[in-house]
Amino acid sequence: MAGGFGVGKTTAVGSISEIDPLRTEAAMTSASVGVDDTSGVDAKTTTTVAMDFGRLTVADGLVLYLFGTPGQDRFWFMWDELTRGAVGALVLIDTRRLADGFPAVDYFEQRDLPFLVGVNVFDPNHTPPLEEVRTALALSDDVPLMLCDARNRESVRMLLIELTSHALKRAKAARPG
Amino acid sequence: MNPEGPDRLVRPYLITGGRTQPSDELPLETLIEATPHALDLVGTLRFEPRRVVELCRSPLSLAEVAARISVPLGVARVIVADLAAEDLLKIHRTVPAHGPDVPLLERLLDGLSSC
Ligand SMILES: Nc1nc2c(ncn2[C@@H]2O[C@H](COP(=O)(O)OP(=O)(O)O)[C@@H](O)[C@H]2O)c(=O)[nH]1
Ligand SMILES: [Mg+2]
Repeated sequence: MAGGFGVGKTTAVGSISEIDPLRTEAAMTSASVGVDDTSGVDAKTTTTVAMDFGRLTVADGLVLYLFGTPGQDRFWFMWDELTRGAVGALVLIDTRRLADGFPAVDYFEQRDLPFLVGVNVFDPNHTPPLEEVRTALALSDDVPLMLCDARNRESVRMLLIELTSHALKRAKAARPG
Repeated sequence: MNPEGPDRLVRPYLITGGRTQPSDELPLETLIEATPHALDLVGTLRFEPRRVVELCRSPLSLAEVAARISVPLGVARVIVADLAAEDLLKIHRTVPAHGPDVPLLERLLDGLSSC
């Protein structure tokens, strides 16, 4: 789950997770691991980023892990780790602060990772048409874009289904032979 | 010493024996499980290693281990790597770095459609 602050990442992880979402922290650099005494330590080595974490058993022996962490440029080190081996990314957008979603969209586009954009509807009376959102985000036509409600399990499940279908389509197209 | 007592409040730096680099990279979602050997020895383990072994009686992801024992991810990685090197934890194979393959995505889609 990617996206700006307050866009609903923690809420979405919590809606679908079968465990109470856990919060863990990752250090900015491995050199800062375990540093609790900041005297004489470069401040930037002690920066940590919080990460929401949830779990969903989708079938016997098949568990999907959900990670949510802020989509700011300075957290890309975290995303490099999260996207390794990932099915794909759900980028959540609040249309009142569309620009907060740009960095995440850029990130997944540049790395050619499967992603879906979910427009989290905070105010149903002010939801612009999806085609306007697509244009504003400069999303290519093949990137799935849908409305969602991060508080609703069914809605989040639909996002996951759509993202997985998208990833599957891409994996099939890339498969040799 | 009681692993839940005040003695537990040691700096992560000390927990990991002064090392700050894990012996190998473990992805976040890596599933970790205590070996039968570890369960025999659990009474002799202390602090975080003991808690990790106890938590991992059934498989748990690295991210979850870190959250449950309230240490940063990097610290959990070092603890887990060390315990695995001593045959106290078994590390389960996870999805390869390039992502899940077609059969796995198909299973996932099937599962998501009915969960
Ligand atoms: N109306 C509405 N509020 C939401 C929705 N999703 C999240 N919120 C609220 O928005 C706030 C920020 O959500 P949060 O999940 O913490 O955002 P995060 O910073 O991306 O993790 C919280 O108060 C949520 O209850 C939604 O779909 N609709
Ligand atoms: Mg949050």
